[in-house]
Amino acid sequence: MSSMAISRNGTTAKNGLGRRISALLYRKPVLTLLLLLTPPLLWFGVVYLGSLLALVLQSGYTFDDFTMQVTPVWTLANYQALFDSTNLDIILRTLFMALAVSLMSALLAFPLAYYMARHARGAEKAFFYVAVMLPMWASYIVKVYAWTVLLAKGGISWWLIEKLGITPAYEWMLALPHVGGTTLATSNFGRFWVFVYIWLPFMILPIQAALERVPENLIAASSDLGARPWQTFGYVILPMAIPGVVAGSIFTFSLTLGDFIIPQLIGPSGLYIGNMVYTMQGSIGNMPMAAAFTVVPIVLISIYLAISKRLGAFDAL
Amino acid sequence: MPHAVTFDHVSRLFGQMRAVDNVSLTINEGEFFSMLGPSGSGKTTCLRLIAGFELPSSGRILIAGQDASALAPFERDVNTVFQDYALFPTMDVLNNVAYGLMVKGVGKKERLARAEEALSMVALADYGSRKPGELSGGQRQRVALARALVGRPRVLLLDEPLGALDLKLREQMQSELKNLQRKLGITFVFVTHDQSEALSMSDRVAVFAKGRIEQIATPQDLYDKPASRFVADFVGTSNVVDAPLAQSLTGQRRIFAIRPERIQLGCAGIVTAHAVRAKGVVRDIAFLGAVNRIEVELAGKAVLTALTPSFGGALPLIGSEVELAWRIDAMHWITEAA
Amino acid sequence: MHSERTPWALRLAAYGGLAFLHFPLLVIFAYAFNTEESAFSFPLQGFTLHWFSDAWARPDIFAAIVLSLKVATAATVLALALGTLAAMALSRRPFFGKNAITLLLVLPIALPGIITGISLLTAFKVADINPGLLTIIVGHATFCVVVVYNNVVARLRRMPMSHIEASMDLGADSWQTFRHIVMPGLATSLLAGGMLAFALSFDEIIVTTFTAGAEVTLPIWLLNQLGRPRDVPITNVVAMTVMLITTLPILGAWYLTRDTTDTAGGGK
Repeated sequence: MSSMAISRNGTTAKNGLGRRISALLYRKPVLTLLLLLTPPLLWFGVVYLGSLLALVLQSGYTFDDFTMQVTPVWTLANYQALFDSTNLDIILRTLFMALAVSLMSALLAFPLAYYMARHARGAEKAFFYVAVMLPMWASYIVKVYAWTVLLAKGGISWWLIEKLGITPAYEWMLALPHVGGTTLATSNFGRFWVFVYIWLPFMILPIQAALERVPENLIAASSDLGARPWQTFGYVILPMAIPGVVAGSIFTFSLTLGDFIIPQLIGPSGLYIGNMVYTMQGSIGNMPMAAAFTVVPIVLISIYLAISKRLGAFDAL
Repeated sequence: MPHAVTFDHVSRLFGQMRAVDNVSLTINEGEFFSMLGPSGSGKTTCLRLIAGFELPSSGRILIAGQDASALAPFERDVNTVFQDYALFPTMDVLNNVAYGLMVKGVGKKERLARAEEALSMVALADYGSRKPGELSGGQRQRVALARALVGRPRVLLLDEPLGALDLKLREQMQSELKNLQRKLGITFVFVTHDQSEALSMSDRVAVFAKGRIEQIATPQDLYDKPASRFVADFVGTSNVVDAPLAQSLTGQRRIFAIRPERIQLGCAGIVTAHAVRAKGVVRDIAFLGAVNRIEVELAGKAVLTALTPSFGGALPLIGSEVELAWRIDAMHWITEAA
Repeated sequence: MHSERTPWALRLAAYGGLAFLHFPLLVIFAYAFNTEESAFSFPLQGFTLHWFSDAWARPDIFAAIVLSLKVATAATVLALALGTLAAMALSRRPFFGKNAITLLLVLPIALPGIITGISLLTAFKVADINPGLLTIIVGHATFCVVVVYNNVVARLRRMPMSHIEASMDLGADSWQTFRHIVMPGLATSLLAGGMLAFALSFDEIIVTTFTAGAEVTLPIWLLNQLGRPRDVPITNVVAMTVMLITTLPILGAWYLTRDTTDTAGGGK
């Protein structure tokens, strides 16, 4: 080190207002925290929680069928009405679809996620990540629109089925009760398939993330102890992937429960929870009933979360 | 002249944990003061209390005689060299060094000139335009030093600054730091867990354990007159002999410490009236370069370690019986706190 | 590292899955240049750029694009402010209620959009606010906050505490430290979070259908077209445009954060 000495610091720190406030905040970390949190908490407390509260209150109000007026008189009638056979039908139809879509998404997503997490490396991995992320973020309405185009009369799906020579199988499928319909675009199968398509990326990324967390040496240890590949998969990899599957299924399940655009555009007539909410608040103006219907997915999602937790789906997290 | 730093019954609690427990100490102006202790002993928290990164839960901290207990770090005339150096990755080296001057409103021309000066002081004059990421560990360390010194603080705090360097570089930096401190006359407060580092560099050392100070003393006193069993153990290696064994060896039922290099094999050259002698069996011998380390088991399983010069003299065989001896005035009696 | 061989069936399944995800999107691109006017027959009839100029000349489309851009910009600005504040408050030391606040931020995007939408609508009715530009922005900002928050909080957690301490140690107060040390470190994550929020808002339809009143954003315009299938070719062009407008910021956000573990876009 050279022998040069540093010149004495001649400046005195400015003692401006900003500095004094800053020093005060430093001494009072709780005050700082409060100041930082106030704007977001105000927004979420007033705008969001306030709205949710308004919704729940609304679901207890009385709607007069003749005058079409909402009066703030407490009633449980809206919730009782949920158990009418038509409404119960709607709820069960939506619930069943949400479960089926989640199951199918998991089955389709798993190999892709597995390949991403455990086989793709470097550029291929980045490619996969972007290739899954883009359709996930791509416009929902455009994706639904794309399927109406694909399934349209004389469109690509018709052309493909003809070229592949699977018309008999196609017609057999359309003839199935509950699944089929007059065309693919008006069948439950078509609706199911579009749901699966739209939510699939939401299933892939959580599973991939869970599989990424399986330590390499765990697999080495398993095979070192004499496990065959399928045993390693069954005993080591699969249990660690379950939290990812559950996380993904929470998306697919909850998003399907709340959707009202796909059931409106693709598949047979037959309303879903989302359609009921939309029609009740819109053309009918029965806000209390719409609110009561909105509580259904909240309850179903809570039950779903509770069951997954009970089954230990989050233990490995 | 007021003390550079004074701790007046300072405690710092993290939840239920007393990281610093009722510590009082004074650091003199211009002193090289070390805080030594194992990890979790409270030494780093004490340093952070001086810097202002932590505020005391109780007690007062004075810097240059002024109460600084509640001052924010930017209100204190104290700078820190961080363990991870904490160089700002978005700025080049010169602007890193000039940062403290910039935020205090020193004009661009002057602050860059002074930063250059500080860089040349740590022999990095030509490195101003580099990014911190392009420097070696030792160079980063010097930049951190220049950055902390350019504003000429009253006290410089160093948080295990040599921990990440390899042995050779560390020894070189130790003497450079010491020289720099002498030249600038700035008070250095140096935190380390390495007792040899603390002993070789410091004017005084505070030994920390469990949030309390065990002893504050010069390196020589710390070594020769450890105040507690902990200090005797932690500072250098020492043989600490328990009271029952002490009684059988010396007739006094008190704990004492004896440094390994003060123990010799056989009684040659000492007046037996002024010596303590002990018989035992050689359990292990290790060659350490300048000395041999010999471990001897006495009756009752107690093991004493002796260091003997490795030149000349035949070594005993492992398993053979030997006699150890040391001068009475080489022993240090320890008064254990109840 | 990987001793496992890749079975060809797995690779096929993975690439097949990708093809499935992208095929419908490519179809939109193809049809945007198709010469046919009123149906979706396949194979395509011919190539034209005609529909782009047609779409550009339509005032309703132009108005929808302008509205969507306005909404997305305003929602992004709000989300940036609120998300950054929340991230700074929640990134470091734990405190009572911290998890509840985090959950509150995520809720608008974790619950189906219909719940957020109708809740807001109910509240607007109670507060006697007419749905319009303002209500759309409020709704969008609410679910965009978490996107910014996630990006910023991840970056803040990786920023070494010692850098902030070093800055204050050298005499910089909190504002100076924020401006000179924190901001440059956050810049890319703010940009990434902002772009994702923009894309999210620009695309959104479910919440918007409840909060828009008579206003027509671009996604709502598209939805209305689906109900009455006239203007098929123009709809194709608009669909493609929407996709392009959202794809670019998403790719940008990914690019900005690609070297880090908290890659943007991992969670929508």
